[in-house]
Amino acid sequence: MTSLTLVRRIKARPAIVFDALTTPEGISHWWGPDAGPVLLAEVDLRVGGRFRVRFRMLDGSEHESSGEYLEIVRPERLAMSWQWQSRVEDPGESLLEMTLRAIPEGTELTLTHSRLHDEATRAGHEHGWTGALDKLERHFLQQSHEAKP
Amino acid sequence: MVNYHPAHGPRGLDRTFGALVDPTRRAILARLEREDGASVSALARPFAIKLPAVMKHLEVLDAAGLITRSKQGRTVTVRLNAAPMREAIEWLRRYERLWSESLDRLATYAEAQEPKARAGEAAERKRRSSNHGTEKSTT
Repeated sequence: MTSLTLVRRIKARPAIVFDALTTPEGISHWWGPDAGPVLLAEVDLRVGGRFRVRFRMLDGSEHESSGEYLEIVRPERLAMSWQWQSRVEDPGESLLEMTLRAIPEGTELTLTHSRLHDEATRAGHEHGWTGALDKLERHFLQQSHEAKP
Repeated sequence: MVNYHPAHGPRGLDRTFGALVDPTRRAILARLEREDGASVSALARPFAIKLPAVMKHLEVLDAAGLITRSKQGRTVTVRLNAAPMREAIEWLRRYERLWSESLDRLATYAEAQEPKARAGEAAERKRRSSNHGTEKSTT
């Protein structure tokens, strides 16, 4: 529950995708939840180096996230810590991992954002409530489907 | 305004997730999912713990807003309140939107770079083979 994984097949070779993920030029083209602009992209691409990205959303709100590169294997794998600048949005530090796999049409990119709620996730690993929460989510989804006419 | 934190803020989420950590509390919630309201004593029955311990768990669930309690005579009826859970789920969905939208644009950008890289490589091959030809002619 407190992690999410997305998989995309991209018609470009892993090296190109990797550079798009890790260069300020690349990042400025895609980072953010809507078509609002990336205002700042700083990258120190080495293990222990940091990144900082600030974006403005179409509603005018600005958000900044930063983190530390934990693993860099070009063009296969990238792992970094993640936190929002304003810690109101998410008080913890989470983990962002990207794996790039060469496929005939280009690259299969797997993005996993985990430890989204680090306190809860840590507890979750100890107590295994993740499954229970999943079940509850299914229940509510089902309810909302049933509610539809 | 779109925001990355839910209306009650991360403190509310902390309480929600904190309340869900305990297996007894999860079992209570799971039961309240199935039954629309149960008395405290009925809730306590399946557990090998004393009523005061169950009351404590109910306090935590109540503080997290996950249940409501209503008293009628001597019976306290407990009901599930799904709103905080929905809020926790919505919070996670915001991350999903962030990455889903970002990766769509990333794909568009990278896919536009691929033909450029190919054109560059073709030009490089051409340059090398013509260089190669020059070398050959000089030997």
